[in-house]
Amino acid sequence: MTKTGAQILWECLEREHVTHVFGYPGGAILPAYDALKHSKIHHVLVRHEQGATHMADGYARAAGEVGVAVATSGPGATNMVTGIATAMLDSSPIVCITGQVGSKLIGSDAFQETDITGVTLPITKHNYLVTHASELARTIREAFYVARSGRPGPVLVDITKDAQQTSCEFDWDAAKPQLPGYRPDLSPDAKEYEQALELIQNAKRPLIFAGHGIIVSGAMKEVREFAERTGIPVALTLLGLGAFPASHPLNLGMMGMHGEAWVNHTIQEADLLLAFGMRFDDRVTGNLKTYAPNAKKIHVEIDPAEINKNVKVDVALVGDLREVLHELLPHVTSVDRSEWLDYIDQLKGDAAVRDIQNLPDNGHLYAAHVINDLWRETRDADTIVVTDVGQHQMWEAQYYKHDRPRSLITSGGLGTMGFALPAAIGAKVARPDAEVWVVVGDGGFQMTMAELATIVQENLKVNIAIINNGFLGMVRQWQEFFYERNYQATPLLNPDFVKLAEAYGIRSMAVTQRSEVVPAVQAARRHDGPVLINFKVEQEDTVYPMVAAGASLHEMIRRPSPIVETAADE
Amino acid sequence: MMNTFVVYVENKPGVLTRVASLFRRRAFNIDSLTVGRTEKPEVSRMTITAEADRDQARRIEANLYKLVNVLLVENITNQPAIVRDLAMIKVAATHEARSHVLELASVFRARVVDVAPDSLTIEITGAEDKIDGLLEVLRPYGVLEMVRTGIVAMRRGSKSPTVASAGSSLAHVAADDDVSYSV
Repeated sequence: MTKTGAQILWECLEREHVTHVFGYPGGAILPAYDALKHSKIHHVLVRHEQGATHMADGYARAAGEVGVAVATSGPGATNMVTGIATAMLDSSPIVCITGQVGSKLIGSDAFQETDITGVTLPITKHNYLVTHASELARTIREAFYVARSGRPGPVLVDITKDAQQTSCEFDWDAAKPQLPGYRPDLSPDAKEYEQALELIQNAKRPLIFAGHGIIVSGAMKEVREFAERTGIPVALTLLGLGAFPASHPLNLGMMGMHGEAWVNHTIQEADLLLAFGMRFDDRVTGNLKTYAPNAKKIHVEIDPAEINKNVKVDVALVGDLREVLHELLPHVTSVDRSEWLDYIDQLKGDAAVRDIQNLPDNGHLYAAHVINDLWRETRDADTIVVTDVGQHQMWEAQYYKHDRPRSLITSGGLGTMGFALPAAIGAKVARPDAEVWVVVGDGGFQMTMAELATIVQENLKVNIAIINNGFLGMVRQWQEFFYERNYQATPLLNPDFVKLAEAYGIRSMAVTQRSEVVPAVQAARRHDGPVLINFKVEQEDTVYPMVAAGASLHEMIRRPSPIVETAADE
Repeated sequence: MMNTFVVYVENKPGVLTRVASLFRRRAFNIDSLTVGRTEKPEVSRMTITAEADRDQARRIEANLYKLVNVLLVENITNQPAIVRDLAMIKVAATHEARSHVLELASVFRARVVDVAPDSLTIEITGAEDKIDGLLEVLRPYGVLEMVRTGIVAMRRGSKSPTVASAGSSLAHVAADDDVSYSV
């Protein structure tokens, strides 16, 4: 059947099971928008193209399906760059469709022309420039296949205006992907399995590292079975939270820069690290020279380029985590690790006395209280928490106990402020029955708050908790520790967030006391529509523990015990 | 150490940029890169030399494989291989120096490809050190201009890697026993 490129585009997206796209129109993508009226796909009109990419990303992470963002050429496309880079570093499968000037104008510096395939070359898994309608079907199929297979990632498809306008024969079945060099399906050989099993059987102080790869691979059940059968405790990365239940007795908590102190100590004393779908990012290792000095390392990872990149490993099992664990599971046996587990419990005791949750109420509202209360209220529901980047993100990771995968969506690798609000919109669209909470700082919220209009326009029940400390808190914390409290450019002049929300027709409230937290959360949950809560928290609060950048993992800045320094100001 | 990679890529626009950009992005310095056609019209072949230790070389290989258009990577650094570079050297050669320069060229089995009243242009093909050698002995006469292609390389013997045809859909490259875990 003959169709225009624009018609082919939407039909291909439908055949790839796309139900929603997040986009913003403009000149070079207008033919595609014109053809949208014949499509079943729902288009969510965003307020900025960066928002569209974060929404597609949030959709992808909440649903485990490919998210789609659409923009026009030039500024529309370049506005997507931050969202694409975010998806790249967190291995999130999104497909970005951009319009491009007519193929005859390419290279002429035409109006709104940008070489977006050139710009996004290092931040996409792959990208395409389509100049003929006849290339479109195969390209879209390849884009989705590349985005979701292997280690997922963003793929950009740039389509010239004439490729959208001209017609050609459309045959879905004939447009099969042709990717002779693309090998997403690697698997380890028998010898490597043997080596891994030998290390596992002989380990006295082993530790499992649970990363994002578990969720991507869908290996939650297998990891749990592996941990239970071997009795090996589990430490998680930020993006791994939810991959192994927080309430499980073998769960130790988060590792790394703001990880639990006992976890970091345990890593440094372990004799075997089993890294499942994680990449030894500098935020989890600290100084590489002193990192886990006594541990053998087994790295189960789908991307061969991650092997020996930061940490030299003893055995690399390159392949899909779920398949690798299926191979390993029948061969692992139960070993008594009580000595090791008792030792770790002992380390935990020291941290408990410093935990802010265990300290007497001094009348101040701490972000950690807000997040812990939010967790208590929403733990039994199908809740997705979407966080931004900074102090609140770390408190969320510490005090919201995630038992289910895809219940935390956060920008880990790129650390993109402004991510939370749009990503939450994508998550809510992907899982309309889930309860979605945005946990965001007052700084990051203002980067993408224009998307409040998108929430209202789409009538989405999204709850927004602004952790408002009047500072760019994490930067302020670094200034406090490493720049002699020179708070340059970190105090924020904020608008009245309650009035701002009201201007959008969003119900809103402000909270200043701890006793008001739970009632506010309950009121928000009862309200049939979006709600914004402005939590005015302690201004100069600090995330503990902290491994300074470049310091050894066991050298942590700890919370003074008990905390008294902030009580003096009243 | 200097590593030599033979990289088979799909013959498509932009692939050279993807490969070059990868080296820049991962902070590996390309010493030389040549690209040209192969016996298959849909496949191009690159010879890339870069300074890297063994681990870095493996990571270069693994990262090259992550590029969707890369079909096969061979690190032939420690393989028996034919390695050739081509240079054209324009030497100042006045009447009295001319015979000396011609003699040196013939010792190195280089060819004179252009003669002008005050200069000779010499073409030489060979391993890099041979060209370096000729260059060194010509330098006292005055090298006016020099250009080198960078090396092209091919493994010795009849064994050739299997490169999937770009026409076959979702084909996978047979693992070559000299290629590391990346395949």
